[in-house]
Amino acid sequence: MAIWKDPTIKASGITPKEVYLRRRDFMKAAAALGLVGVPFPASAAPLMAAPGPYGTDEAKTPLENVTSFNNYYEFGTGKDDPAYYAGKLTTSPWSVKVGGLVANPTEFGVEDLIKAMPLEERIYRLRCVEGWSMVIPWIGFPLAELLKRVEPLGSAKYVAFETLVRPEEMPGQSAYFPALEWPYVEGLRLDEAMHPLTILAVGLYGETLPNQNGAPIRLVVPWKYGFKSIKSIVRIALVENQPPTSWNRQNPGEYGFYSNVNPEVDHPRWSQATERRIDGSVFASRRDTLMFNGYAEHVAGLYAGQDLRKDY
Amino acid sequence: MIWRRYDRLALYVAGFIPALYLFYAAFSGWLGADPTRVLEHHLGLWALRFLIAALCVTPLRNHAGINLLRYRRAFGLLCFAYAALHFLTYVVLDQGLDLSAIWRDITRRWFITIGMAALLMLVPLTLTSNNAMIKRLGARAWGQLHTLTYAIAVAVIVHYILSVKSWPAEPLIYAAIVGALLLYRIVRTLTKRWRPRPGPIPRPA
Repeated sequence: MAIWKDPTIKASGITPKEVYLRRRDFMKAAAALGLVGVPFPASAAPLMAAPGPYGTDEAKTPLENVTSFNNYYEFGTGKDDPAYYAGKLTTSPWSVKVGGLVANPTEFGVEDLIKAMPLEERIYRLRCVEGWSMVIPWIGFPLAELLKRVEPLGSAKYVAFETLVRPEEMPGQSAYFPALEWPYVEGLRLDEAMHPLTILAVGLYGETLPNQNGAPIRLVVPWKYGFKSIKSIVRIALVENQPPTSWNRQNPGEYGFYSNVNPEVDHPRWSQATERRIDGSVFASRRDTLMFNGYAEHVAGLYAGQDLRKDY
Repeated sequence: MIWRRYDRLALYVAGFIPALYLFYAAFSGWLGADPTRVLEHHLGLWALRFLIAALCVTPLRNHAGINLLRYRRAFGLLCFAYAALHFLTYVVLDQGLDLSAIWRDITRRWFITIGMAALLMLVPLTLTSNNAMIKRLGARAWGQLHTLTYAIAVAVIVHYILSVKSWPAEPLIYAAIVGALLLYRIVRTLTKRWRPRPGPIPRPA
């Protein structure tokens, strides 16, 4: 595996692989003996990826935190619900239909995409709208690479995304009081979708995506709040008008279409000025949230002339 | 009977077990990726649970023949203790003693303003939860002061619901319980002329 090492990341900040693998073996053994009742996700497979651009030298969030603290309401609203329930999700075979205003609508098998696309490791900050953040080494490819293959028409202005609906494997979708309307949908403006920072991720920490993180394929848009990065995608459509987005539909006054990370525009109920960098410790400290989550030099130009208080 | 002598002490001791466990678990790394949030949330939840316990005393006594009156003060004081720990966790562990950020939160964030108001309303109730204060205020004035409990209950539920995204079930279930307990008071007030209940007002035997 050719994983690039950033010399500025302190080795102490990373959970050694043998440690987390040991934990996995232990949990698997315990599950086999019926000691723990956790349905275990299909084991992750190693994934090769060369280091890509836009990395950060900040300490990566330990894998255990990345895979146990998730917002994925299809599996429940609790942060640990996805880790408990997502193991049941069948992620293979899986295909993504890409269509709409394109010359060449195509249905892509995820395994084919993994073989055909230029996979890179991208170490990105992830800022949740709830005021916490992580640093995650994703493996994926630019969304633009996929969109180019379907040849968007001139009339295409936005990209709409849709998550799987499968209530029999996603308990949150059959809840009495569904937290959101299903399917979960998201959208980007075409220029945001084509931006080289925007990737479709198929893995993290050198392996295929764990189910609770959006397996087998998810969006990662690092300058926007986490909920924009839709998980377990089954459909992508190029469209002319701004598509509906799940959280905006749930509460339009609180979640806008753009949802760019912006410390100056607070959520109506809480401040967005700071964030807690998750590391599993009660002493995890807050840090200042950066404009566009620290990617302003790359993406601020996309919003020239826009009033970001209005287009929140 | 030995139980009668130590039952309230036992309740106070038992009441602090969740707090001891939560802090121990938080510092031992058992509470997951964001232990501060879990700790904060559960301390607040225990404050609400003790508040509900206190609000259950009257309906249980009037309709179920269960008299827990001698424990009501303990429920109230435990509620305050947990609310204070919840607030301290927010100030020290969540906000890292950033006083200007905390002040901005309290003055600008509705759910924090309301939570803070609930904590402040608990203070006079806590300070008057002793025999000397009951004697000094007189049973009637003391009783009127302690109807603040109802305002606190409403504030705590609003604080809880506003602190979460979407409409998860748990805060709504607590809202239904508190709603029922408050509705019971409203119905009773409307159907019966209010009068001080006969029998001893909370004072230990």
